[in-house]
Amino acid sequence: MLVIPCPHCGPRNEDEFVCWSEVVPRPADPAALSDLEWTDYVYNHANPRGWVREQWWHEHGCRRWIIVERNTLTHEVARTEPAPR
Amino acid sequence: MTSAKRRLPGLERQHRSLQKCGDASVTSVKQRFSIFSLLRNALGYRAGWQRMWRSPEPKRRYDVVIIGGGGHGLGAGYYLARDHGIRNVAVIEKGWLGGGNTARNTMTIRSNYVRPPSVPFHEGSMALYRELSRELGYNLMVSRRGMISFLQSSQAARTAARMANTMHVYGAKYEFIGVEEIKRRLPIFRPPPRPRLELLDGVYQPEAMMARHDAVAWGFARMADAHGVDVIQNCEVIGIRRDGGRVTGVETTRGVIEAEKVGMAVAGHGSVVAAMAGLRLPIEVQPLQAWVSEPVKPVFDEILVFSGYGCYMMQSDKGELVIGGPTDPYPSYAQRGSFRTIEQVTAAVLEMFPIFSRMKLLRHWAGMLDIVYDGSPIISKTPLRGFYVDVAGAGGFKTTPMAARMHAWLIAKDEPHELIGDFGLDRFARGRLVPEGGVSFNR
Amino acid sequence: MTRLQPSRLAAGGTLIDRSRPLRFRFNGTEYEGHPGDTLASALIANGVRLVGRSFKYHRPRGIVSAGAEEPNAVVQLDGEDDEPNVRATTLPLREGLSARSVNCWPNVDFDLAAIIDRLSPLLPAGFYYKTFMGWPGGWSFYGPLVRRMAGLGIAPRRPDPRACEKRFHHCDVLVAGAGPAGLQAALATARGGARVMIADDGPAPGGMLLDGAAEIGGRPGAEWAAGVAAELDSLPNVVRLDRATVAGYYDHNLLTVVESAPRQPWIDERLWKVRARRVVLATGAAERPLVFADNDRPGVMLASAALACVCRYAVRPGARAVAVTNNNSTYRTVLELVEAGIEVPMLADVRARPPETLVAELAARGVELLRGHAVTGVAGVRAVKAARVAPPDRPAGGRRVACDLVLCSGGWSPRIHLHSQSGARPAYDSDHACFVPGDSVQAECSAGACNGAFGLRAALEQGWRAGTEACAALGFVPPAASVPSCADDLPLDVEPCWEIPSPRPRAKAFVDLANDVTAEDIRIAEQEGFRSVEHVKRYTTAGMGTDQGKLGNVNAIGILSEALSQAPGAVGTTSYRPPYTPVSFGVIAGKERGELVLPARRTALTGRIEEAGAVMFEAGAGYRRPSCFPRDGESEAEAIAREALACRTAAGMYDGSPLGKFELHGPDVAAFLNRVYANRWDDLAVGRGRFGWMLREDGRLLDDGITFRLGEDHWWTFAGTGAAGHVHRHLERLLQLVWPELKVYLTAVTSQWTNVCVCGPKARVVLEGAGAGASLAPDAFPFMAMREMTVAGIPARVARAGYTGELSFEVNVPARHGVRLWEALTEAGEPFGLTPVGSEASMVMRCEKGFVSAGFEGDGIVNPFDAGCGWAVDMDKGDFIGRRSLVRDRNVGGVRPNVVGLLPEDPSFVPPDGTPLVEAGAPADAPPVIGYVSQGCHSPNVGRAIALAVLDDGRRRIDGRIEIAGIGRRAPALVTRPCFVDPGGSRMRG
Repeated sequence: MLVIPCPHCGPRNEDEFVCWSEVVPRPADPAALSDLEWTDYVYNHANPRGWVREQWWHEHGCRRWIIVERNTLTHEVARTEPAPR
Repeated sequence: MTSAKRRLPGLERQHRSLQKCGDASVTSVKQRFSIFSLLRNALGYRAGWQRMWRSPEPKRRYDVVIIGGGGHGLGAGYYLARDHGIRNVAVIEKGWLGGGNTARNTMTIRSNYVRPPSVPFHEGSMALYRELSRELGYNLMVSRRGMISFLQSSQAARTAARMANTMHVYGAKYEFIGVEEIKRRLPIFRPPPRPRLELLDGVYQPEAMMARHDAVAWGFARMADAHGVDVIQNCEVIGIRRDGGRVTGVETTRGVIEAEKVGMAVAGHGSVVAAMAGLRLPIEVQPLQAWVSEPVKPVFDEILVFSGYGCYMMQSDKGELVIGGPTDPYPSYAQRGSFRTIEQVTAAVLEMFPIFSRMKLLRHWAGMLDIVYDGSPIISKTPLRGFYVDVAGAGGFKTTPMAARMHAWLIAKDEPHELIGDFGLDRFARGRLVPEGGVSFNR
Repeated sequence: MTRLQPSRLAAGGTLIDRSRPLRFRFNGTEYEGHPGDTLASALIANGVRLVGRSFKYHRPRGIVSAGAEEPNAVVQLDGEDDEPNVRATTLPLREGLSARSVNCWPNVDFDLAAIIDRLSPLLPAGFYYKTFMGWPGGWSFYGPLVRRMAGLGIAPRRPDPRACEKRFHHCDVLVAGAGPAGLQAALATARGGARVMIADDGPAPGGMLLDGAAEIGGRPGAEWAAGVAAELDSLPNVVRLDRATVAGYYDHNLLTVVESAPRQPWIDERLWKVRARRVVLATGAAERPLVFADNDRPGVMLASAALACVCRYAVRPGARAVAVTNNNSTYRTVLELVEAGIEVPMLADVRARPPETLVAELAARGVELLRGHAVTGVAGVRAVKAARVAPPDRPAGGRRVACDLVLCSGGWSPRIHLHSQSGARPAYDSDHACFVPGDSVQAECSAGACNGAFGLRAALEQGWRAGTEACAALGFVPPAASVPSCADDLPLDVEPCWEIPSPRPRAKAFVDLANDVTAEDIRIAEQEGFRSVEHVKRYTTAGMGTDQGKLGNVNAIGILSEALSQAPGAVGTTSYRPPYTPVSFGVIAGKERGELVLPARRTALTGRIEEAGAVMFEAGAGYRRPSCFPRDGESEAEAIAREALACRTAAGMYDGSPLGKFELHGPDVAAFLNRVYANRWDDLAVGRGRFGWMLREDGRLLDDGITFRLGEDHWWTFAGTGAAGHVHRHLERLLQLVWPELKVYLTAVTSQWTNVCVCGPKARVVLEGAGAGASLAPDAFPFMAMREMTVAGIPARVARAGYTGELSFEVNVPARHGVRLWEALTEAGEPFGLTPVGSEASMVMRCEKGFVSAGFEGDGIVNPFDAGCGWAVDMDKGDFIGRRSLVRDRNVGGVRPNVVGLLPEDPSFVPPDGTPLVEAGAPADAPPVIGYVSQGCHSPNVGRAIALAVLDDGRRRIDGRIEIAGIGRRAPALVTRPCFVDPGGSRMRG
């Protein structure tokens, strides 16, 4: 069970959170993308072995979305940030 | 006519095309295993037992290199040689063969699927498994156990009904048996008078099987080797060589190996190897935990699935209760899971089977699943010509022989067999998914 | 009749209380022991040597160890205890305990299956991979036979009466093990002010100090340990646990500790989940057996275990012992056993030159030392009768020495399990011929014997250092040095000895006693090409038994390394998997039983609904909802039909409170809704509402629901019950991460509001009768409007919307008024035939109306156009979530599935949900499947069976025929538009 240091609430167990995969900015203008580019955005993941920036939701806490920098191989959490404003 | 065909009329045509594949003779004769070989060697002591496979040095060049020496990769090597006569093949493995998910799954071979493309594929895999021990001359300990799914919500009952009916169209058995029948078959099933989730109904898949997972890799490795395929362990791929949109070989920790075609069967590392080929795949890797109790004498035969809790239990040949749950909820390559999952699933099992409260957890472990966006396999060509992928979708032990055979077909012919026509990567660009198992990313 | 305790020593035994006898039974015979005994020590006290039969060969087995390592003495508890596979060496004796041997029939003395031992040449490692494939039925035939032979104990047949609980604990330092190193570490950290937990699996602190004459600070070691424990117990910042095994080491320094005898008498077992800032592992080392012919005979025992028997329990595991060793530790052990009255005629040391000081001590006590000798075999089957002592290179030579006990020591293996579980890789220490901790990957360190420091002084020093370093690392001031005095450590001087050659080629020399794996098995595996240590483990099953290889693994690695001509370090270990010792399922579940397995959610009205005799079902999101309200003598089908009919002819009422509810405030809500729903929102008037499809980015249905505009910047959104959680997450993610610039404040208010829907032609009069505080007339309160008013004097938000296609009012009141509202409506509705309605009837009505449901028709393929909801998609309003995928669907084209209605030709045939559809007249065994029934029901309003379906190219098939291909029945059906009642919608709009 990981400890996720919520930037708003402090260190909390992973089961208070929902992990929502890696940070991928939503295309500003989806209409401008080709079908293939859109497919890549919707379905594909980098899914890296190692460090990744992920979106986590502190559902059973402050209910804020945060960014977690986590290592998928070692489960280390390097840092967390509040959602960008 | 084999029993498999009788049961699966809808499959017959599709399987006929496979039967045309040649049964190529072996290049080196393997020791035949039987009770007689055991008898002979009992007298001669161990002197007579031969190596199951060679440990060749990698050659500079192969027609085909398969990355990944688990069940899927070794099977692909075997079927390339046997079905297509392609023997200049290397199956390369970064660690010890069968050391990935083949070593970490829960041994279950089942086929409960709802989409038309899924049913013949998985039923076909079960049919291959039934004959595989004899075919490979190696006992994979495939035994028919049957599987009972406990339906604990109307949603689950509806999904099961759709599965049962769809599978019926393809000649596969998936029967509703009712609560009383479950109780009759499982005398130990004595849930509390007011369980948290009421048992509404049960479905039974009589053909569900268990097999000795490690043996699947070993059996394939042994016969691939017999057909001249080089099985090379401790050879990690660190790069994919490309030239003008075409694959030309792989870079490994043991040097560059050139190849006309490269197949990838690296459950749990699909994204990592695909990235070396400049590809991104619609997968996320998630830990799937399983655990066993101490061994006890047989208490039940069937594989039990608890729909309401997303977990399952069976008893291994050795007597251990084998229990597993859903994947842990974040991507991980760590081969370790969260203790929380074990707590939740154990509690769920005890809710259904309070009698096991004093059984003891002996060891637990985690495999890594390449979870595909729609939960279905990807056996596909890729934008990189000559580079093929076999990704299981949501755990691939049960599909090992069929996926491997289809992967071999795809590599040999550069065209998918019709059984996997819907399992290509192009389905994502076309939005024609094959959603299974309730897997969805909800992005 | 109770027997005496012939092998109980007259004096000694630090752990037992001689004043009180305890009676127990083993294999049906009654014996006597004392409090403090383990079952194993009590059996030894009574001269019981044969305790079980082995897993594969059914060989007679005796007690080998004195702790958690025990591979043989695994027993079945009878009666109330009813528990399989209990290690007799760790089971505290209690009055009335009844145990018996496992895996033998008819009994442990005469086991029919022992014939297997004779057939063993036929059954080498992996024999089952080589046979059982053919006649008559392959493994499906042979497997069940083999299964019956496998397994050990019998699964429990009685309910578990134990009370188990779990507890979270946070501390600065967790110390695993309360031997000299652990106690020192705990003392240092505790004195430094850190919050400390120290746990030890033994019944008393001290570890190895309980088993010997070692002195610390001039006192017996056990006394010193008790003193330290007393100081720790007096400190408020220390939690000290006896009989508590640190079982698992997980991510981010979470460890599980299983406490088997908590101080609270009403708790039988407790699982601690400990989050420690730092961990000190002081788990000691386990003695290794030696591998020689017939080293599994009852009476062959670890030297340290014999010492523990004598020191802790004052029992004598034998009268005359031959000892064999490859290291120095055994000399002191032998001397102490001699002191305790066990005759030890001989010590065989495989080393050519043991230290002279030890040799002299031995000689002084009359123990003969044979240098360069080993025990190469033993005589006796059910008990050791003699040992052959010979030089390893001439195993058949040497001497036969009569004895009833063989003490062996093959060196010591640090208990690196927890270190390895933490994710670290152990390293090989060739000086001590063992694996030791490698580099730490979590905040942990090892001290003492588990760190390869074999010796009391080293343990005391390393423990103290680990403690002070933990203090410093955590910001506590390390206390002044305090390492008590003790004798100098003797080096171990291990000479690796993985296997002693056997005088007979067929003799079995066991590596893994729990799974009956011999040295020969390891060599067969290597010969067949299994060269990785993981392969060998899996092929031979070495290390996979009940002891998880605690005794055998290092010897197996050693033997493999010799076969491979590699160093043991190059071979490496297999991964050590949690838990350290088996943990009961009951304590892992703890109190998460019954209602606590999954949180059950109730609305304000659930109680009323249950009282009304509703049939309840699990409706998703943890809610139990009524499926119908059968009256006396009524079947469920009849009740459903009656309720559905009532809604269309009079009035029905249902609890819609589980619907997800969200309030949105802010100037940008309209813009936000435009982006998350497929249709347009900025043109919605205040007081009005609209239906919308929320899509996923892949263009598939996520949820449908109605949203009302309560004010210019104030909106209220409904979501499906099951999808509410997803919708909440989805909306918050978009607001916080994707469009943080939007000024929208979202609040989930699902459980704050009770929602009661009154529907049917009489809905208006019912609501008026209940005291609606504003006009309900169609022009004042049109369809798809929301009004704030009082109902029965309760402030309410009333919406004209519903899911039945009838005139409907959804009355939302603060949940605390829910029951009052329900009662008021019930009373007001009585004259008009108002009927409580369950979910089944409302699903019948949605089927009649063809209202698409994300849960039924939206199965991951269907988009809103497929569903016939193109009217709810505005492709021109700008981008929204999922729009680009709808464009993609259009670009790709091809056959799409459509939602259609079905009328089975046989009006009484209700097609089950999920039944596939095939082309009309298709042959019986010919797919393809072209669609499926999403919901079928008997419609009391239409008077026949109807269904909704998802059908390829369905819209073009309307008025055509297909076949419903159900199990056992193929039924032709007419394809229709998906609406069977009031296609114009005048009822709901009226």
